[in-house]
Amino acid sequence: MDSSLETAADREHLHRVVIDPVSRVEGHGKVTLLLDDDDHVREARLHIVEFRGFEVFIQGRPYWEVPVMVQRLCGICPVSHHLAASKAMDRVLGIPVTRSAEKLRRLMHYGQILQSHALHFFHLSSPDLLFGFESEVGKRNIVGVAAAYPEVARQGVLLRKFGQEVIRATAGKRIHGTGSVPGGMNRHLAVEDRDALRAEIDHMVEWSRAAVELVKRLHRADPALYDEFGRFRANVMSLVRADGAMDLYHGALRFRDADGKILVDKVPDQSYRSLIREQVKPWSYMKFPYLQQLGPDEGWYQVGPLARVQNCDFIPTPLAEAERREFIDHGRGEPVRATLAYHWARMIEMLHAAEVIRDLLGDGDLLEGALLADGERGNEGVGIIEAPRGTLIHHYQVGDDDLVTMCNLIVSTTHNNQAMNTAVREVARRYLDGRKLTEGLLNHIEVAIRAYDPCLSCATHALGKMPLVLELADAGGEVVDRVVRD
Amino acid sequence: MSDSIGMPRVRVATTSLAGCFGCHMSFLDMDERLLELAKIVEFDRSPLTDIKHCGPCDIGLIEGGVCNAENVHVLREFRRNCKTLVAIGACAINGGLPAQRNHLDLGDCLQQVYVGRDGIEEGGVPDDPELPLLLDRVHPIHEVVRVDYFIPGCPPSGEAIWKFLTDLIGGRTPRLAHPLLRFD
Ligand code: SF4
Repeated sequence: MDSSLETAADREHLHRVVIDPVSRVEGHGKVTLLLDDDDHVREARLHIVEFRGFEVFIQGRPYWEVPVMVQRLCGICPVSHHLAASKAMDRVLGIPVTRSAEKLRRLMHYGQILQSHALHFFHLSSPDLLFGFESEVGKRNIVGVAAAYPEVARQGVLLRKFGQEVIRATAGKRIHGTGSVPGGMNRHLAVEDRDALRAEIDHMVEWSRAAVELVKRLHRADPALYDEFGRFRANVMSLVRADGAMDLYHGALRFRDADGKILVDKVPDQSYRSLIREQVKPWSYMKFPYLQQLGPDEGWYQVGPLARVQNCDFIPTPLAEAERREFIDHGRGEPVRATLAYHWARMIEMLHAAEVIRDLLGDGDLLEGALLADGERGNEGVGIIEAPRGTLIHHYQVGDDDLVTMCNLIVSTTHNNQAMNTAVREVARRYLDGRKLTEGLLNHIEVAIRAYDPCLSCATHALGKMPLVLELADAGGEVVDRVVRD
Repeated sequence: MSDSIGMPRVRVATTSLAGCFGCHMSFLDMDERLLELAKIVEFDRSPLTDIKHCGPCDIGLIEGGVCNAENVHVLREFRRNCKTLVAIGACAINGGLPAQRNHLDLGDCLQQVYVGRDGIEEGGVPDDPELPLLLDRVHPIHEVVRVDYFIPGCPPSGEAIWKFLTDLIGGRTPRLAHPLLRFD
């Protein structure tokens, strides 16, 4: 794989251009470009500039706190962290999850997928797609979309709202709820909530279909752009169900190469370490994972909607499956690899989520049945879930005193780290190289990053340090903190 | 709130420092009322717009505490430009969950996460000048700048944010009745 623009040869003689912050994404990141005197791009990097240290301070906490604490990694997909941690702790406690508890968690999770995909497409990305990458800055936001396409904006807002309401009904709160616990759930779905959600679900399915249609229309209107922008070869990874179906809550890991051939399949979640290793680079707090057997240069991969839709054998709901087939046919025998196809795949998943929710809402197990079982306590557990942005891995060890002794997290956006950097470089090479950079041209880079729906907030759970001295003065001029690093 | 034709719109900026974006998500939890709000409010710098630096604004909403040099910089830029500055959520008010790192030694943490960990190849602590300097501790924002209002919660609900903003914009003293005032 091409890594020529990662590090320029003589960096001192180059001009620096920075996109800071990368906007309309969740979390903190920036892009730096180094250009020579003729405006040729010599280096392009997406830096993750924040750190938080969750993996370290979770150590020493009692295991039952963890599913609630880890949600604060991310307010956009808190449910994914809530459930990945719960699944890991199910293992620690040796508890087989009951039928009711698993269905309630699934409902919560698919609600999360629906809200997050709606948020990303309508609130964050649609301005680029509807107005153009170089359109007026002041208009490129959801308010601009609401003015120009009121019905699109309204459906987007209401789809997200519905997903949030599914979460509230199952977790108790829209953001940072407490519904799932190690070993099961702590509540059933209330009949009133079930009825309220059921009254609206058909609209949600309908509007999700309309969203898939909208993306397809965009593709048809400008095939050259949609099929070529940020296109490159990449491996893919996701969980799939035992029969090869898409399953966003539980499954085994499957890995395909850039030609679409299955390289590794049916790897149980507890053995993720036999598959994946991680590399650290000095210029980002986000690590670079890769498939161990291929090594860091060849083994990096994509996760998330584009990967999942092509990695599974089928989607187990009819409307989304029909859309998946059309999507696959679009590749004419090749995997679909264009960056903007992420949006198309994401909307297919949103439709799938709406269908799953509709089916679950008819299931009596949500209203009654055991929520917790008994088990035999162990000391280690891995929980893997397909979060909206891709595979999310939580791994814990817990001592006999119930305190966590080890926590390792590989979040979705981290898996996509190399892929996002590659997308940035592809776009820089193709659209920016040798040109005077304008805001609109630079936005091309952000469009490529946005397609991944990166959650830079999740991705910054690690810590870093800088060789500098800094004093922080309070509002009255008093020095309250001082940092010296060598 | 209804008829605003001809009135200058209130300019609002939002940012996230060391937070999880949950408070911004709660902002979006105003749902349909977001579209109402858009009629009377104009957004300046925010994760939802492409404006990268905050200009003169009426209201600035801040999520998250202060954990690195860049946070300090952005926070001061907000204070300079915003007539009214509002701390939203536990992280901005007291550091929130990220402040759990305050009792840890950063050097140890770095080693643990980037070097001494199973599954890491060629470990090393990131140290590029493009990465902002970390502070030893996570600070609430009022330790760095003057703050006009605090809305508690992790996060405060969309309902609470709506009530607060419409009071403020309507020229009333913002009041959150008991059910809206939550700390979880
Ligand atoms: S207060 Fe809570 S919701 Fe808001 S940023 Fe902090 S952790 Fe996230």
